[in-house]
Amino acid sequence: MAALLAIGIGLLTATGAYLVLRARAFAVILGLTLLSYAVNLFIFVMGRVAIDRVPIVRPGLETTVQSYSDPLPQALVLTAIVISFALTAVLLVIAVRAHAQSRSDHVDGGAP
Amino acid sequence: MSVAGPLGQLTLHAIVALPLLAAALLLSLGNSRRDTAAVIAGVTTAAALALLLTQGGAVFAGGVPQTDIPWLPWNDAALGFRVDGLALLFAGLVLGIGLLVVLYARYYLGAEEPIARFYALFMLFMGAMLGVVLAGNLLLLVVFWELTSLASFLLIGFWQDRADARQGARMALTVTGLGGLALLAGVLLLGRIAGSFDLDVVLASGDLIRAHPLYTPMLLLVLLGAFTKSAQFPFHFWLPHAMAAPTPVSAYLHSATLVKAGVFLLARLHPAIAGSELWFHVVTIVGLLTLLVGAYVAVFQHDLKGLLAYSTISHLGLITLLFGLDTPLASVAGVFHIVNHATFKASLFMAAGIIDHESGSRDMRQLNGLWRYMPVTAGLAIVAASAMAGVPLLNGFLSKEMFFAETLKLDSHAWLMLVVPIGATLAAAFSVAYSTRFIHDVFWNGEPRGLPRKPHDPPAWMLVPVGVLALLCLLVGMLPGPTIGTLLDVGARAVVGAALPYYSLSTWHGLNLPLAMSVLALAVGAAFYFSLQKLFNLHDSVHLERGGKEIYDAALDSLRAAARGASAALMNGSLQRYAAVTLVFAAAALGLPLWSDGAQLAGPLPVAPVPALAWLVALLGCGAACGVVLMHRQRFVALVWLGLTGLCVSLTFALLSAPDLALTQLLVEVASVLLMMLALHWLPATSPAESSAGRRLRDALIAGALGLAVAAAVFAVLTRPADAGLANWLLANSVPGAAGNNAVNVIIVDFRGFDTLGEITVLGIAALIVAALLAGPRDPAPGSAAPPAGDGRAPLLAIVGPLILPLAAVVAIWFFLRGHNLPGGGFIAGLTLALGLLVPYLGRGADWVEARHAGRYEPWVGWGLLCAAATGIGSFMLGYPFLTSTYLSPALPWIGKLPIATAMFFDLGVFLVVTGATMLMLTTIGHLGRSRGVPTARGAESG
Repeated sequence: MAALLAIGIGLLTATGAYLVLRARAFAVILGLTLLSYAVNLFIFVMGRVAIDRVPIVRPGLETTVQSYSDPLPQALVLTAIVISFALTAVLLVIAVRAHAQSRSDHVDGGAP
Repeated sequence: MSVAGPLGQLTLHAIVALPLLAAALLLSLGNSRRDTAAVIAGVTTAAALALLLTQGGAVFAGGVPQTDIPWLPWNDAALGFRVDGLALLFAGLVLGIGLLVVLYARYYLGAEEPIARFYALFMLFMGAMLGVVLAGNLLLLVVFWELTSLASFLLIGFWQDRADARQGARMALTVTGLGGLALLAGVLLLGRIAGSFDLDVVLASGDLIRAHPLYTPMLLLVLLGAFTKSAQFPFHFWLPHAMAAPTPVSAYLHSATLVKAGVFLLARLHPAIAGSELWFHVVTIVGLLTLLVGAYVAVFQHDLKGLLAYSTISHLGLITLLFGLDTPLASVAGVFHIVNHATFKASLFMAAGIIDHESGSRDMRQLNGLWRYMPVTAGLAIVAASAMAGVPLLNGFLSKEMFFAETLKLDSHAWLMLVVPIGATLAAAFSVAYSTRFIHDVFWNGEPRGLPRKPHDPPAWMLVPVGVLALLCLLVGMLPGPTIGTLLDVGARAVVGAALPYYSLSTWHGLNLPLAMSVLALAVGAAFYFSLQKLFNLHDSVHLERGGKEIYDAALDSLRAAARGASAALMNGSLQRYAAVTLVFAAAALGLPLWSDGAQLAGPLPVAPVPALAWLVALLGCGAACGVVLMHRQRFVALVWLGLTGLCVSLTFALLSAPDLALTQLLVEVASVLLMMLALHWLPATSPAESSAGRRLRDALIAGALGLAVAAAVFAVLTRPADAGLANWLLANSVPGAAGNNAVNVIIVDFRGFDTLGEITVLGIAALIVAALLAGPRDPAPGSAAPPAGDGRAPLLAIVGPLILPLAAVVAIWFFLRGHNLPGGGFIAGLTLALGLLVPYLGRGADWVEARHAGRYEPWVGWGLLCAAATGIGSFMLGYPFLTSTYLSPALPWIGKLPIATAMFFDLGVFLVVTGATMLMLTTIGHLGRSRGVPTARGAESG
């Protein structure tokens, strides 16, 4: 499981990073979205992963990580997902405005 | 040591506070009320002087009145003031000469000049200077020291419209400001060594300080502060440029105060840091060089104030040299010369100002023969200039004699034994030469040449300050014992730090070597001047001192050039380059530590089995991410692949026991893909292939390295056990502490509620940024587009839309209510409702929706934030810390007992913000083309 997650998160990071290095604003936004997937998953797995240990406290189960997965990274990532949505929106608007003004969506503002 | 009584405490603070308060009062006064401003400044100064004199008795009796107000006790900084002999003497100079300059300035400044501002700055400077001399704590001293630099900057640059004034002020601030930084570092070291910043403690720890390994850096830093302030060679170049200040400022700053702060510091810290070979050599040699350079250059100045400026540099060097000699009598002479120099130099500056004021020129090549035009001024200036030259029966003679006597006692220092006395005599000869020039060239030597005005004596009140000071020169010169003896004694005792040996303050000490040196200097100096006038034409000589200013300018220029070069090299304006550099560093920061530890990448945990579903999700997700990259030029296709990737991320969360995350990710995915599709309406549908193959390879390498580093980090972490302490605590306290079964939601709305409050604020701000960026006026663009989702609406959505909205609302409420105990909560409910609200927009178009209800979503954000914050403040009101949660179980009809945590109201705020922000962003971008101006669009066909 560790290896699979490592490969998955690594691949998301690499694809995101590659797109962030492109010259067009839209590609950069696509790349940042991929990077945010990677980062969110990264933070999430820092609490270690487990199947069928939903962190919803049920009677009769010992309240430790033996029975539940770590809730803290989940809480952090939950807000992070929403914030990265807001970030995407702001970047999109900047891209649209920049395109409207410079007639180009090159990240350096109209450079070739 | 005596501690002042309650009234005494107030007195010490009042001495410093009065000028500062007067400065504030003067700033509020209009510039037209000249006399009022002068009276305020004068009365304040006189009052502070009177308060200072009340402390005199105690000081003369051997006490040190002092007072402390704790300021930053953990840093050992106190608002403490103390008056010992040195402080009394210096504060007396600051206030006494200050009072005379206040009177003088009233007549010097023209009717059109902003006199209230002048006096306000003057009072500010005076307060800062008093703070320096009276401070009982080294940190407080440094604070006031900086304040003197700032206030002098404003005073030197008082005539803001003059370029030379601005440049002079900048130069003074740069040099003394840098010195101030060095002093701060030195004082911090000194406090560390002595264990306290309290001046009494520091002054008593001299042996400890000199033996400490940090003594040398500390001493050099403190000396750097003192030398820059006191214009010592090679930092002296700022002082002549500061002559661009109005003359009252020069008379004050460069006789009694600003530049004396440096030598004051030498005297103040003398018991603590002097007494070493390093001190002796550095201070003596710097002092001697300054003394000689200043005196020599002064002879060749044609500007009256320039002559006085270099003379000031020279006399400051003399005082520095005396403190460097490090004998008790040298310290007495140093303190004595501080007073004498302040007296004659202040009067000379004022005399120069009068000459300038009444004749319109300060150039000695024009000013000649003024004796017949302004005899009173001439008489007073001659007395003061003679004191400067060290003519017997004047005060300058006495301290110079003591100086000569001390230079002859260096028998233990081989080469300095000869160099110092010879240098001292030579400098004294130059001093005689420029003093003679000041007298002869200005008041005799022919007739005035091309003066703008016919000179005459000024109003009597302008002469009074000069007269008082000239009289003091004579009185002290002839009757040193009764006039200055006691004050000098207590002042010097504070410098030496012990009882003084016997010394005699009389005019006549018999025929001895110092007297011979004086006579020689007088003769040689006068001969030098007259031969310069007769043999060479002194007036034609152009002697510009080279060095300091050129180095200063070059240093500033190269600093600017270096800054520009660094900026240009680092910031070439290309985002691609910044991104590449950032990612390379990120990869290195993450990867290099793992690389060096590569052998143990895998931890001890056993390999967990992977269910088939996980393989499928991973394969699909990785494939989709690759699809985004491969298809990124076809933007719509890439977007579909991106959506698929997000879906797989959501499935991963679901699979790995994070239902809240899975729901949130799913909803956000829908919203962001919608957002990007809307935005794509105004962006090109394809990206051109413009990167070279090499560039693509480079980027692939960077991306690959980063991906590898991240993968290695994930693998390393996941094969090692976690510290579960915090997780266990959160799980154990979720139900008993916050009445919620859903530990994730409990953390969001309760345990880390403050964090969440910040996050929803960010979300709200982001939404407002989106709205604001698109609301502004834009340049009308050609080929404007039809709005998105134009005529070709989605018929299916139009039909089912009315059904979906209520359904979405119900689901949202359900998610919200159960959120505290089951997957759900404000974030998820908010996103659900937002997507439901969006359906009619997609189905019928924004026009249709807005025709039916004018939905504005900004208030949702505002009310949501208010609701969340009010929940937190509510717990304040009940006496608990911010955002403390509690819970109630009201019995509701039909439903029965419903446990409600107050955190639910907080979650309601989250819900409102998330709904409002999401809708605001989506509808704003969706609207773009219509009601809020038209950006360039690619065309309607994309809708």
